[in-house]
Amino acid sequence: MLTLRLAFLSLFNRRLTSFLTLLSVALSVALLIGVERVRQGARESFANTISQTDLIVGAKGGTIQLLLYAVFRMGSATANISYDTYQKLAADPDVAWTIPYSLGDSHRGFRVVGTTKDFYERYRYRRDKKPEFAPGGKAPAGYFDVALGADVADRLGYKLGDRIILAHGVADYTIQKHDDKPFTVVGILEKTATPIDRSVYITLEGMEAIHVDWGDGAPPMPGQEVSAETLLQRELKIGAITAFLLGAKTRMDTLKLQRMINEYEDEPLMAVIPGVALSELWDGLSYAEDGLRVVSLFVVVVGLLGMLVSIYNSLNERRREMAILRSVGAGPRLIFTLMIAESLLLTVAGAALGVVAMYALLAVAQPIVEKQFGLFIPISGLSVEEYVYLAVIFVLGLALGAVPAGRAYRNTLHDGLTIRL
Amino acid sequence: MSTAAVEVKDLKFAYGKGPTVLDVPALEIARGERVFLHGPSGSGKTTLLGILAGIVAPRSGSVKILGRDFGSMTGTARDRFRGAHVGYVFQMFNLIPYLDVRANIQLPLGISKERAARVKGSPDEEARLLAAHLGIEAFLDRPVTELSVGQQQRVAAARALIGSPELIIADEPTSALDTDRREAFLKVLFAEAERTGSSILFVSHDHTLKPLFPRVISLGDVNRAAQPAGSAN
Repeated sequence: MLTLRLAFLSLFNRRLTSFLTLLSVALSVALLIGVERVRQGARESFANTISQTDLIVGAKGGTIQLLLYAVFRMGSATANISYDTYQKLAADPDVAWTIPYSLGDSHRGFRVVGTTKDFYERYRYRRDKKPEFAPGGKAPAGYFDVALGADVADRLGYKLGDRIILAHGVADYTIQKHDDKPFTVVGILEKTATPIDRSVYITLEGMEAIHVDWGDGAPPMPGQEVSAETLLQRELKIGAITAFLLGAKTRMDTLKLQRMINEYEDEPLMAVIPGVALSELWDGLSYAEDGLRVVSLFVVVVGLLGMLVSIYNSLNERRREMAILRSVGAGPRLIFTLMIAESLLLTVAGAALGVVAMYALLAVAQPIVEKQFGLFIPISGLSVEEYVYLAVIFVLGLALGAVPAGRAYRNTLHDGLTIRL
Repeated sequence: MSTAAVEVKDLKFAYGKGPTVLDVPALEIARGERVFLHGPSGSGKTTLLGILAGIVAPRSGSVKILGRDFGSMTGTARDRFRGAHVGYVFQMFNLIPYLDVRANIQLPLGISKERAARVKGSPDEEARLLAAHLGIEAFLDRPVTELSVGQQQRVAAARALIGSPELIIADEPTSALDTDRREAFLKVLFAEAERTGSSILFVSHDHTLKPLFPRVISLGDVNRAAQPAGSAN
């Protein structure tokens, strides 16, 4: 008790230095835990992009490629799935629901997704959230209806009722535009902080409609265009989709369905379990994660080294203090303990302050980060991993604190009751 | 119980492989005795005080404080013994700068349980009493940095006296004080030492203070290893 009191009062006596040291420890700890939070948030956001979907089905190819184009709207598919096959699979008694996607077009850099109303009803992210329309919006039903992700509407400044033109292909600079067939914005989706926000949604028929007069990927010859008015009279037949999401009736059915689709004879198909593919993809990125963690750990080491330096620097001017303590019966071991106590006080107080600062920062930054980066960082209690970090910091503080304490120990053995100035 | 406060026999001491700095065949201080010890620099004063306080272990011969033989005690045991039984006053800079006057006076009680147990009333009451006797009661809750040198030395005396240690070692405690303050300081120190029954080993250069002590020891005489130049003092 006396030791702690002396250590505290001594630190308080040098309060400016102590405060700055405390601050550097606190900031480094806040950074470490903050990075950990962002990392976890990123991982969770990533894993929560798609929920409750049992299988993602596409043409045979790479697992990650399928995940990227079907969920993250990145890259593109190498082949399609015929609509007949899709319908056959969707009708399987083990299948509870499906969401078909037809991809390949873009609007000013944002991907266009042809889908059905099942998307708005069945798609889930962050466990049980579904895409919701902002007031006044509804799911596209007509051929030339379009719904926009929150970011699309926000970035491009679109409102309900606006007419927009889609471009062929997924590149921004494409010169082939479906400008003969403009779409009307009928719905704008609420922000989800997932790739949903960055897509444009039309119906499968709409996707078909803008390509109906195209042949083999080339625009129609002049004079052969089919006008939008004519299209509206016609019953469009959908030829193919790019991928579909599938919900099985039971867990058990998932594996059965996956095997069946992977071995499907009429068409080369592939079904992946989202969780498996997501962690595979994430693990591919984990070196960046590790790098980040190592850097922030080093920052903590630097912070604690600053503490070491500040205590070490104070030793010389405190030699007489040590002699006084020895004169009243303190042994060299008590001197050592006293110095260690100073390090521990700084470490513990710094870590505590750092955690508090991290939470305060999180409380302020959470909505901003979610809005700007689509990254949802939950404010939750410290995780086991974070407790481990704090324990490591504690031990590190103890170990580094032993350096000046050891010096003080040797000083006091040498000085005895001699008062050195 | 008639053990001497200090009983030194055939004490020899050298630092490392250096020359012998102390060679004291015999030195005894009785309980309650007030001794004036003088000697020039180089007479081994600092070393002797370090040994008597238990900081430095004697090499050969015996050093008994209150009948306890320091030669057979570990460093830790001597530290504990010093905390419980010895009060020490330095020449100057006696006080822990970040503690107030009261905390400085009570410091030994926090380190030695034995010494704390000897305090009859509460530690606060004891500190207040000593401070009152030494004329520094008004400063009890002040930071020590606000005190004059004389007041600081009184605080140091109060710290040495608290818990009634049997032996008080004062290493030139008055050398930083004005001449007329020195006697006043000594008088209160004596009065308090008498009250607590402590022996006083008072080290000084200041021969004007000699008459106040019943017994005067010249280290140059006691220490056979003292350098000849010193014996002229």
